[in-house]
Amino acid sequence: MTAELVIEAEGLVKHFGSTKALQGVDLAVPRGTVLGVLGPNGAGKTTAVRILSTLLTPDAGHARISGFDVVRDAERVRQVIGLTGQYASVDEDLTGRQNLELFGTLLDLGRAGARRRAAELLEWFDLTDAAGRQAKTYSGGMRRRLDLAASLVGSPDVIFLDEPTTGLDPAKREDMWDVVRSLVTAGSTVLLTTQYLEEADALADEITVIDHGRVIAHDTPEGLKRVVGGQTLSVRPADPAQLPLTAAILAEVSAGAEADEIRKGMLAVPVADDTAMTEAVARLAAAGVAVTELALHLPSLDEVFFTLTGRTASDDDTTTTTTTTIKEEVAA
Amino acid sequence: MTTTLSTPRTSHPVMPAAVTPNPRPFRLLRHSLALAKRSLIKTARTPEALIDVTLQPVLFLIIFVYVFGGAVAGSTHDYLQFLLPGILAQTIATGCIAIGVNLNTDLAKGIFDRFRSLPVPRSAPLLGAVLGDIVRYVIVTLSTLAIGYVMGFRITTDPLSAVAGCALAVLFALCLSWLPVYVSMKVRTPGAVQGLMFALIMPLSFASNVFVGTSTLPGWMQGFVDVNPLTHLVGAVRGLFLGSPLGNHVWWTLAWCAGFVVVFMPLALRAYRKKV
Repeated sequence: MTAELVIEAEGLVKHFGSTKALQGVDLAVPRGTVLGVLGPNGAGKTTAVRILSTLLTPDAGHARISGFDVVRDAERVRQVIGLTGQYASVDEDLTGRQNLELFGTLLDLGRAGARRRAAELLEWFDLTDAAGRQAKTYSGGMRRRLDLAASLVGSPDVIFLDEPTTGLDPAKREDMWDVVRSLVTAGSTVLLTTQYLEEADALADEITVIDHGRVIAHDTPEGLKRVVGGQTLSVRPADPAQLPLTAAILAEVSAGAEADEIRKGMLAVPVADDTAMTEAVARLAAAGVAVTELALHLPSLDEVFFTLTGRTASDDDTTTTTTTTIKEEVAA
Repeated sequence: MTTTLSTPRTSHPVMPAAVTPNPRPFRLLRHSLALAKRSLIKTARTPEALIDVTLQPVLFLIIFVYVFGGAVAGSTHDYLQFLLPGILAQTIATGCIAIGVNLNTDLAKGIFDRFRSLPVPRSAPLLGAVLGDIVRYVIVTLSTLAIGYVMGFRITTDPLSAVAGCALAVLFALCLSWLPVYVSMKVRTPGAVQGLMFALIMPLSFASNVFVGTSTLPGWMQGFVDVNPLTHLVGAVRGLFLGSPLGNHVWWTLAWCAGFVVVFMPLALRAYRKKV
């Protein structure tokens, strides 16, 4: 358990006027792993990433990237990190290629090296055809890919991805996930912020949940799912008359719970793992139940937050008392 | 279904091998030039952003020469000879405002976060922006001279002096631009940069020798006119273009250039570093 920590933060505090963006956040990411930082808008995720990537100085606490302090050795830190912000940080007036070549030059790859690197990354991110167009003409998905390509120009060891898939459609999101997996396979360490438990579950080795500038949970995806409840299987039989039969089948494959009719004609049941879905499909087919909808969901961020804090992610600070008690239960 | 099938990536899915940066000397210069090139590309892509340095001197020359020329100098040609160096200086000074407006707009975008997250000297993005604007100042100088020639303006000295006059004007602009760069770091909106800079440049260009000989001005104003950097720039350019007495105008202009850089460059860089 003494793996080398590439990203270490202890007690990070940052206030903007009266806004307490961070109130003592600890983060730890071992080499070659992905940390998912999960939290709603305004939880402090972006502030944490900006401190770790040397864009902001913390009011208190300290952080090291590959052993370099983000304040005292900021210049060294910048040599090993890549940052992909929540909003595309490329120059919209430049073409995709000009952007990547500019960053290559700024990263001392040399003129030919910068050109070669730009061509490789454009190819990898499927942007070669659009390379000569101004970035402002790109679609949302293309812009995200260019932004991510821009942060990989210098082959950074440590990559910060601030909500890399917010606003992307599901297929584009999966593409982005593939890229992140390739980066980790190649040895990079990734810190990824997200509002989706599904995304953190798909990519992260460990998940830190933050809310109102504090860490409220830190666990593996499995551990977190054990706390907040695992997946839900929902089924809509084609014939409403078969709802009772469907409910009976779902109860058999569930983790010991009764099926609920969550919407009219739609049944849902908590399940322990992915195999429940296959099993449900087989049993439904054997019983002659035709279904129009069948899906496996992870809890939404709201559900995660409700379980961890007793309130939804969008709520204000009105239920602090309840929050504290439940947090203690979770910690216990 | 939320368990979507992953669409295959259309490109070849092979991740490019890692590259190793190879740091070399003169980083600040190389990075500033790379960023100046970025400014140039942006300028080339938005030629309408050059209106202030192309159309403005043309309009000012035509209006002032043909409306006021007869009244001020007795003949439009005499006034054109007198006015052109002044209009050049005035347009150069107002042309500097654009860099402040652009930087203020740019800073609000993610691109400056990107620059700050790269191992690039902190001053490079600002130096690059200032250097990239040289081309704007060259354009203003050439377009002013071109329309002047069409209207009948003639340089009466030698080509070397003419080039020196143009170079002095461009140098002045480069140094003066640190003022709007600094202002752009301190105010919140591009509109505020524009407003504040106009409020500074307008008195400089009118309480000077740009439009009229200073001997007609009231005494209290002459004190200001005599130290006004534009007065010295115009005096120097008039001398170099037309052979009028140079006096200490060139030295004063250079002193002002040094002053702008010494005062506003460190202030701008400090403000940039502090900016979130």
